[in-house]
Amino acid sequence: MNLLDESHELLHLARAHGIARRYFVVNGFDGALTMLGLIIGFLLSSATPLSLMLNACLGAAIALGMSGISSAYISEVAERKLALSKLEESMIKDLQDSVHGRAARWVPFIIAVVNGAAPLFVSLFIISPLWLANAGVFLFVQPLYLAVILAFLLIFMLGVFLGRIADISWMHSGIQTVVVALTTIALIYIFAG
Amino acid sequence: MAKSHVKRMVLDILKPHIPNALEFAQRLAQVGEDYHVSLTVLEIDEATQTIQIDVTGNSIHFEALQLAINEMGGSLHSIDVVEVSSQPTQNTQDQS
Repeated sequence: MNLLDESHELLHLARAHGIARRYFVVNGFDGALTMLGLIIGFLLSSATPLSLMLNACLGAAIALGMSGISSAYISEVAERKLALSKLEESMIKDLQDSVHGRAARWVPFIIAVVNGAAPLFVSLFIISPLWLANAGVFLFVQPLYLAVILAFLLIFMLGVFLGRIADISWMHSGIQTVVVALTTIALIYIFAG
Repeated sequence: MAKSHVKRMVLDILKPHIPNALEFAQRLAQVGEDYHVSLTVLEIDEATQTIQIDVTGNSIHFEALQLAINEMGGSLHSIDVVEVSSQPTQNTQDQS
């Protein structure tokens, strides 16, 4: 059994697919909104060197990733340990060598990776135009505006993903998340503009 | 001396709710090539279930079954029924 199948089985056994999916959307959304906020902030500021904007965004992306990994791991380890010890009490048996013990050890790690990777990769995708421009690649649209477009696209896609999970209108769900992004921009304009 | 083969076993097991009855029975059936598993839920508590497993096969490997039960977090309480049949070994056949 390969690592992916093993992870899938443990998530299935721990009934943790829903948790991983929720973490992916919540933290992916976190990453997208943070990057959008930073970029809008840069657009409202006086001209800032591209490398400085890129470093600020990259720093935030890495911090979001680390925060996602550590917070999910710590909380999930505590939850899984508690659930395992309760089950051991009911079974009057040590379950460390069973699939339950394995799930208690590995599921927090899998969920932590999902929780950290979602905002990191979403952020890296959004700031990719800045990185390309910094590397000297010619872009038809100004990199900051292109990053805003990518952020909106990802935010809409996350909404569509949520809509499909909940089996509701994907368009409605996608528009809902875009409205949140527009509200964020409006708030930034009010307080920073 | 004839060699004996376990043909049927009925086991009383305490198990967590997860894996569920279907997953549990499927996993036990996978232990042997020709195992037929029948699972009955006898009692359901808050975190556990008492189940009865009826396994039939040409030659049931009890240790392998017990390992699979433990691996899924189950606990074997008792062996309620056993059916064993003997098969003459090569020497016994030669003598007769």
